Amino acid sequence: MDHSATTPVDPLVVGAMLPYFSDMFGNSSSLHSFGREAGEALVKARKEVADGIGAMPEEIIFTSGGTESDNLAILGSMPQNTDKKHVITSVIEHPAVLNTCKFLQSQGHEVTYISVDPGGVVDLEKIESSIQDNTMLITVMHANNEVGTIQPIMDIAQIAKENDILLHTDAVQTIGKLPVNVDTLGVDMLSLSSHKIHGPKGVGALYVRKGTNIHPTVFGGNHEGGLRSGTENIPGIVGLGKAMALAGERLDKDSKHMQHMRDSLIDKVLGSMDGVRLNGHATQRLPNNVNLSFKNVEGESMLMLLDMEEIAVSTGSACSSGSQNVSTVLKALNLEDEYIHGSLRISLGRENTIEEIDSLFNILRSTVERLRSISPLEGR
Amino acid sequence: MDKVYSKKVIEEFSNPGNVGIIEDADGVGEVGSTVDGDIINISIKVKDDTINDIKFKTFGCVVAISTSSMVTRMAKGKKIDEALDLTDEDVINSLDGLPEGKDNCSGFALEALKLAIADYMKKQK
Repeated sequence: MDHSATTPVDPLVVGAMLPYFSDMFGNSSSLHSFGREAGEALVKARKEVADGIGAMPEEIIFTSGGTESDNLAILGSMPQNTDKKHVITSVIEHPAVLNTCKFLQSQGHEVTYISVDPGGVVDLEKIESSIQDNTMLITVMHANNEVGTIQPIMDIAQIAKENDILLHTDAVQTIGKLPVNVDTLGVDMLSLSSHKIHGPKGVGALYVRKGTNIHPTVFGGNHEGGLRSGTENIPGIVGLGKAMALAGERLDKDSKHMQHMRDSLIDKVLGSMDGVRLNGHATQRLPNNVNLSFKNVEGESMLMLLDMEEIAVSTGSACSSGSQNVSTVLKALNLEDEYIHGSLRISLGRENTIEEIDSLFNILRSTVERLRSISPLEGR
Repeated sequence: MDKVYSKKVIEEFSNPGNVGIIEDADGVGEVGSTVDGDIINISIKVKDDTINDIKFKTFGCVVAISTSSMVTRMAKGKKIDEALDLTDEDVINSLDGLPEGKDNCSGFALEALKLAIADYMKKQK
């Protein structure tokens, strides 16, 4: 129930990858037959990834994952040795984007962080009014990893296009859950990750629209069109390609299944429990995301009790060093104090069942009751 | 950062002792706020200078709950002076240690106990 963190690798993906560890171990840069085998695998995987998002194979750059893709998109599109430039992003981006933007600020660039409404949707008017003459890039995630809110990327693309600004989106959470097409979305760059879609860890890709001028952040033997040097992780890339192909084939079925489980859980919880709220947007929401806040109980304690029942979830309210470290995303949603510490993210996967949802609900309810029975806030 | 809890912490957290509020308490101490995300309430009953009953209610993380429970176990039956001598270290040791970065939380429960004792002593005057 923590699939937004990571997913198990599909056995079909493992099967596709295995030969590339041993029999076909070649380096695609080599001219002999071993190298050619690896090269052919790269071509196939690149096409599978491109097809999955409606792109051309030459627009796909393989990376080590979503974080590197985000870094390359942002740092790579900042011109070097020129006047300070401006980036527009949102307050609820993944740390891979937020911390890269903070680094840019430390280097003298300007960054505007756009606020979100209580449902977690970015303020389009603020994006528009933040645009400056030196704005280079807008980077807004396709859907949020914590509260699942889907962002109006097509509307942002319109604004970006009218002002001749590059648009990047982090689609790590949406591949395999929503249709993702780079032309429909209207983005210039898009990050994706393998391990969120039943592929292996340590591999991802950045889509860069043909004609978009970016420079590398890793230098070496000019792999990946010079944008990402380093001998390719062939087994990983093959796995990503296979996972993308499967995600595409299964999209309709999987997303309907996950949405059914999601809605069933939300209805049960909101319909029969007191002191609970749904964080994020009611409808503009990832089909697999349920993010709840329970009044008068604390996130980590809930997580631990659920873990003892072998249910894995996550919380945006992890406590550290004696002060509650509330996630920036939950803070941005302006939750009341009594709710902000009791958040729980349940992110469903295709292998979960509706029976598991029923069982989760029962365990969740007794967990909350148990913690409330020892909470001094109950009855106040 | 290592975030593995000792068996003892998990035991105390999943089966806390002395949960509740003493209605006719001789002393009550409470620390924390909903803003901080931790609230610990400890109430005590004192007879012959001895804490003969103690209960806690806690809103908070695993460490907040397990230390609250442990502090009440340690203080129960102790003379007021002995209870005041309890240290953070005593509590952490009784829990077989706390993960790095979590050790700061341990003081809250002890603070609540000491506030409860101070409340009791104030009422004696």
